[in-house]
Amino acid sequence: MIIDLQRFIVSERHGWENLERRLNRLEADPSIRMDLAELQEFHRLYERTAADLAKLTTFSAEPQTRRYLENLVARAYGEIHETREHRRRLRPLEWFFQTFPQTFRRHVGAFYLTMLITLVGCLFGGVATVLDPESRHVTIPFGHDRMKPSERVREEENEMRDRWAGEKTSFSTMLMTHNTQVSIVTMALGMTWGIGTIILLFYNGIALGAICVDYAADGQGRFLAGWLLPHGAVEIPAILIAGQAGLVLAAALIGWGTRVPLRQRLREVSRDLTTLIFGVALLLVWAGFVEAFLSQYHEPIVPYAAKISFGVAELVLLSLFLAKSGAKRSAFRVSRSEFE
Amino acid sequence: MKTSTLLIRTPEGIVFSQLLAGPVTRFLAWLIDLLCIMGLLTAASFALGALGVLGPDIAGAFATVAYFVISVGYGMACEWAWRGQTVGKRLLRLRVVDADGLRLQFNQIVTRNLLRFVDSLPAVYFVGGVACWLNRRCQRLGDLAANTVVIRSPRVTEPDLDQLLAGKFNSLREHGHLAARLRQQVSPAEAALALQALLRREDFEPAARVELFAELAAHFKAKVAFPPEATDGLADEQYLRNVVDVVYRTKAEARAAVSQGA
Repeated sequence: MIIDLQRFIVSERHGWENLERRLNRLEADPSIRMDLAELQEFHRLYERTAADLAKLTTFSAEPQTRRYLENLVARAYGEIHETREHRRRLRPLEWFFQTFPQTFRRHVGAFYLTMLITLVGCLFGGVATVLDPESRHVTIPFGHDRMKPSERVREEENEMRDRWAGEKTSFSTMLMTHNTQVSIVTMALGMTWGIGTIILLFYNGIALGAICVDYAADGQGRFLAGWLLPHGAVEIPAILIAGQAGLVLAAALIGWGTRVPLRQRLREVSRDLTTLIFGVALLLVWAGFVEAFLSQYHEPIVPYAAKISFGVAELVLLSLFLAKSGAKRSAFRVSRSEFE
Repeated sequence: MKTSTLLIRTPEGIVFSQLLAGPVTRFLAWLIDLLCIMGLLTAASFALGALGVLGPDIAGAFATVAYFVISVGYGMACEWAWRGQTVGKRLLRLRVVDADGLRLQFNQIVTRNLLRFVDSLPAVYFVGGVACWLNRRCQRLGDLAANTVVIRSPRVTEPDLDQLLAGKFNSLREHGHLAARLRQQVSPAEAALALQALLRREDFEPAARVELFAELAAHFKAKVAFPPEATDGLADEQYLRNVVDVVYRTKAEARAAVSQGA
C-alpha cells in the first residue's frame, strides 16, 4: 500500500509547521524556558511528527517529504532527549573558583602522572647536561645555550637601560598566545593514545632539567630561581594541567578497566577537557604578564629575594586554589553525577 | 563498514537518518573558512592600524591577540552562534551535530575545534582527512573526541505533484481494477524511483533519459499489463507519468486536477 501523499501532506502540514516554528524559536534563543502546557504541546507535536515519519517510511519512499520530516524529528529529538546539564547563563566567577578546581581534583591522578613524566624528563635533561655538557646546545631552547649562564647574568645585571622598553606588552601577548597554543597541542595530542602528550611533557622536562643543571653548575642558582619562579610557578603547572587534560582524553580513548562504550567515555570527559583548557589559558595570561613585566628584570632593578618570594607565594596560592577552592560543592557534584 | 548516512533510533522506535558529509565536501568548506579567516585577519590588521597612535607596543599586542583569537576562535564562535555551522559549512549546507542526535553542546564545539591542531598535522588536514576517510561515520579525530558528526542538509521542499501531472488525461485510470492492482503491486521504493525520474527529467542527457524511461516503463508494464487501447501511442515517459499519477493520487484528486486543468 502507498499512502496518498498529497492528502497526507495537506492534513499533517499544520502540525509540522507548528513544530518547526517552535524549534526555530528555541534554536534562536536557547535561554527560552517553556511552561508545562507548552512542553506538553511540543512533545505532542514531536510524537505526531515522528509517527508521520514512521508512516511515510513504511508506506511511501518519497524522499523529499521524508527528509523534511527526518530533519524536524532530529531537531525535536535533540531538544527533548538531551539530559546533559545545560548552562543557560555564563557565571565566570563560579566557573573559575568552583568548576575549574573541582574538575582538576576529579582528575588529579592524571596530573600526578604529568608531574612524574616531567620530572623524569628533568632528570634526563639534567643528567645529560652533567655527562655531556655539549648536549646543552640541543636540550636548552630559545637560544639560552648561546652563552654561559654566568655571562648572561653578568650582561643582564650590568644592563642599565630597560631592555624591554616599548616591547613589554607585545612580548607578554606573544608569550600568552604561544604558551596557550603549546597547551592546546599538549591536550590535543591525547588523541594519539597519550603518546604525543607524554613526548611533549617529557621534552619540556628535558629542557627544564637541562637549564636548571646548567645554571646551578655555573653557580647561578639564585639568578635562575629569580628568573624562572615568578612566571614558572604558574606557567609550568598550567602546562602540566594541559598535559593532564591530554591524559584524561587518552584514558577515555583507551578505556582501561571499563566496559563503558568509547562514545560514552569521550562524552563524559568532554566538558572536563573544555574546563581544564580554559583554566590553563587563564593561568597562562597571568604567567605571560609576569614573565614580560617582572621575570626579565634582575638585580639591581628588582631584588632576587623579592622575585623568589613572589614566585613561592604564587606557587603556594595556586596549590591552595587547586586543592581547596570550591571543595564544599565538590561532594555535591560528585554525588549528583553518580546519581545521574 | 563505511556509510553515507547516520541512522538514529529514538526511544519511541522511530528511525531517522542524517546524510553524512564526505571528506572532500568538508575540505572545500574548510577552504572557504580559511578564506574567511584570512579576510578577518586582514580586516583586523586594518582596524588595528588605528591603534598605532597608542604606540607600536600596544598595536603589536592587539595584533598578536587578534591573530590568535580569530584563528582559534573563528570555528568555535561560528559553530556556537549558528548551531554547528561556519561560513563554509553554511554555503555547502553542512552542519556539525551530536553523533547521537542530541543537542550540540558548547564543550563539544570547543573540543572538536581545539583538536584541529592534531587533525591538521602535518599539513592541510592530512591526519584529519585520513581519519575521516577511514572512519565509518566520516569523523576526524576532533569529531571522535567530541562525539560529533558533520551532516549534509540538502534543501528540503515538498514534492509538487500538481505541477508535474496536472491536467493530463490518464488512460490507465480508465481501467479501475488494473489501476488498483498497480497500486497494490508497486513498492514504495519503486514508486519513489519513478517519481524521482520524472522530477529530475531535465537533469538527464537526452539519450540517457530515453533509455532510463524505457527501462522504467518496461519494468512497470511487466507488473500489470494494461490493454493496448490504454497504452498505444503513449511514450515511455508519459506511461511513467500515468503510473506515478495512479500510485500517488486518489481518483477524486486526479479528477479534480483534470477539471482544474480544463
